[in-house]
Amino acid sequence: MRTTVPMENTVLHIADVDKRFGGLHALSDIDLDVKEGTTHAIIGPNGAGKSTLLNVCIGRLAPDSGAVVFDGKTITGKRPYEINQMGIARVFQTAEIFPDLTLLQNTMIPAFAKRDGAFRLNAWPMVSRQREIQEEAEHWLQDVGLIEYKDRLASSLSRGDKRRLELAMGLVQHPRLLLLDEPTAGMSRHDTNATIDLLMKIKERGMTKVIIEHDMHVVFSLADRITVLAQGRIIADGKPEDVKGNPVVQEAYLGGTH
Amino acid sequence: MQMTTLRQDFLFLALFAIAVLTMPIWLDPLGANYPDLLQKFAIYGIFAIGFNILFGLTGYLSFGHAAFLGVGSYAAVWAFKLFSMNVVPALLLAMIVAGLFSAAIGYICLRRAGIYFSILTLAFAQMSYNLAYSVLTPITNGETGLQLSLQDARILDRTFGIDATGGIPFPNFFGLTMGGYGGFYFCAVLLIVCFFIALRIDRSPFGMMLRAIKSNQNRMAYTGFNTRPYAMTAFIISGMYAGLAGALLAATDPLAGAERMQWTASGEVVLMTILGGAGTLVGPIVGAGVIKYFENIFSAYNEGRLHAIFSFLPDGLENFFVTVTTPFVGEGWHLTLGIAFMLVVIFLPGGLMEGVRRIRSLFSRRKSKPEQAELAPAE
Ligand SMILES: Nc1ncnc2c1ncn2[C@@H]1O[C@H](COP(=O)(O)OP(=O)(O)O)[C@@H](O)[C@H]1O
Ligand SMILES: [Mg+2]
Repeated sequence: MRTTVPMENTVLHIADVDKRFGGLHALSDIDLDVKEGTTHAIIGPNGAGKSTLLNVCIGRLAPDSGAVVFDGKTITGKRPYEINQMGIARVFQTAEIFPDLTLLQNTMIPAFAKRDGAFRLNAWPMVSRQREIQEEAEHWLQDVGLIEYKDRLASSLSRGDKRRLELAMGLVQHPRLLLLDEPTAGMSRHDTNATIDLLMKIKERGMTKVIIEHDMHVVFSLADRITVLAQGRIIADGKPEDVKGNPVVQEAYLGGTH
Repeated sequence: MQMTTLRQDFLFLALFAIAVLTMPIWLDPLGANYPDLLQKFAIYGIFAIGFNILFGLTGYLSFGHAAFLGVGSYAAVWAFKLFSMNVVPALLLAMIVAGLFSAAIGYICLRRAGIYFSILTLAFAQMSYNLAYSVLTPITNGETGLQLSLQDARILDRTFGIDATGGIPFPNFFGLTMGGYGGFYFCAVLLIVCFFIALRIDRSPFGMMLRAIKSNQNRMAYTGFNTRPYAMTAFIISGMYAGLAGALLAATDPLAGAERMQWTASGEVVLMTILGGAGTLVGPIVGAGVIKYFENIFSAYNEGRLHAIFSFLPDGLENFFVTVTTPFVGEGWHLTLGIAFMLVVIFLPGGLMEGVRRIRSLFSRRKSKPEQAELAPAE
């Protein structure tokens, strides 16, 4: 077992996390460190517990035991909005957007959360006068390639475009840690490549990311470190080259598809 | 919500103000130009605007808003009795009391969402209604209703030497009496002010957050928002609007009774908002107007009026039409309203304002690119 003492440049430290759903042991003894500035990929077959792990990190689920430490502070037990305000943003596996609002509004809202905090009674000034927030939102809509639809309702987007919108919603907050749950699922190959390019660009700016991904092309082009989950357990953890060559992983996961 | 410029909004506000202030003129041909009804249009317009800030923006459907209307009325009558017949202290007191009352009720009800929230608000309103008849009779005067009397203290009026000589004085705004057209114009100006505030809220970041809560409340939490205080603020604002409306009801007709808090009254504002168009700025006011119009005009029709209307027809046909239409007027106005409401909900789920929008886009589509319909709906 690895040490449970967080190292200095550890942004996220998951310590001995356990989670059961009735008889199903969705997560057992998960220990994981995410280092500052890295892209940490979590891979594993469907139902391995990857999304559940992210749910525990953002306060959507409480672990049965264990703790999640972010920037040296324990975040287990905190409310989802508090965790976001501390600097963790997430892109969900099934797009979580505001379907009745426009793309621009969808992207401005997280920017307001970042600027104004969890609550601010900002009821007199007009949204259309909040130039800085609007420009910031437009900047990220541009980067994900949706700027031309900015005044459309988010509900009108295709599945892949919703994912890109959500990516913009996460990035506009400049989170200290961005959690991406299969960000390219539902995207065309062309959009997938564009998303990889975008994530590479962000990586250069030093944003720390955890990415769950099935597409090995995406994983191996982005990840600095890979953790492999199967049936709620970590079966391998290391540099991409090591994980690729690991026979256990080959058998449990990559074996069938490679 | 849409990205509008200040200039567009001021134009919108100006048009709205003109439409409201000229109501005595354009409602005349419709037979609705009498002060009592005009006052009701303005007052229920305020009630509905406020209700829409909660229901239209955040999606929280309150079935108990009449409680705040009633509380506002009681507070206003007490202000008339204790302080002054001037409406200013009455309106202020009503808004403060309704605000506090809605803060207390909102604090509890907003712990739940959806149908549970609705049921909780309904329960609180019915509780208030029943308490007004029982335990709270010292404050509400029970079934008789709270009334003014010659012996009232009216501290402010007496200290400033404005005293009643003979008869109970009528509520006034520095001399402008609240009865008749004076009362209407006073309510109309407040309606315009309330509309302006609602417009600003709608265009503000706060308003955008409320719409986001309606659209996907969970997402708001994962985006870093504590949604409870947002919903709470919307609840209190709408409660204060209701309190103001209740106070104006008491100002134009100075007595307050518990029937104003009954669940049917709470349901009425829901109907107004949905009929006109929840989430739009003008819709709830239109809905309030339509329902008050039906209530007052259609209910006043009787067989005699119908005979007069159809008198141009031959006798047989006249009798036939009178027989067919009789169930829909007089006591039967509810039937007409019910049918109208169902037709709107089925064919125009966005309310009457959706009808307006559809007609407008029909015209603009001919002129501009067809993509327009895909864009965010106006207002
Ligand atoms: N909220 C929940 N309640 C019950 N079971 C759940 C819940 N969330 C996930 N599970 C179960 O836990 C297991 C892991 O799910 P998940 O974390 O979504 O897997 P994946 O690795 O594909 O993201 C699955 O068997 C799933 O059915
Ligand atoms: Mg998953």
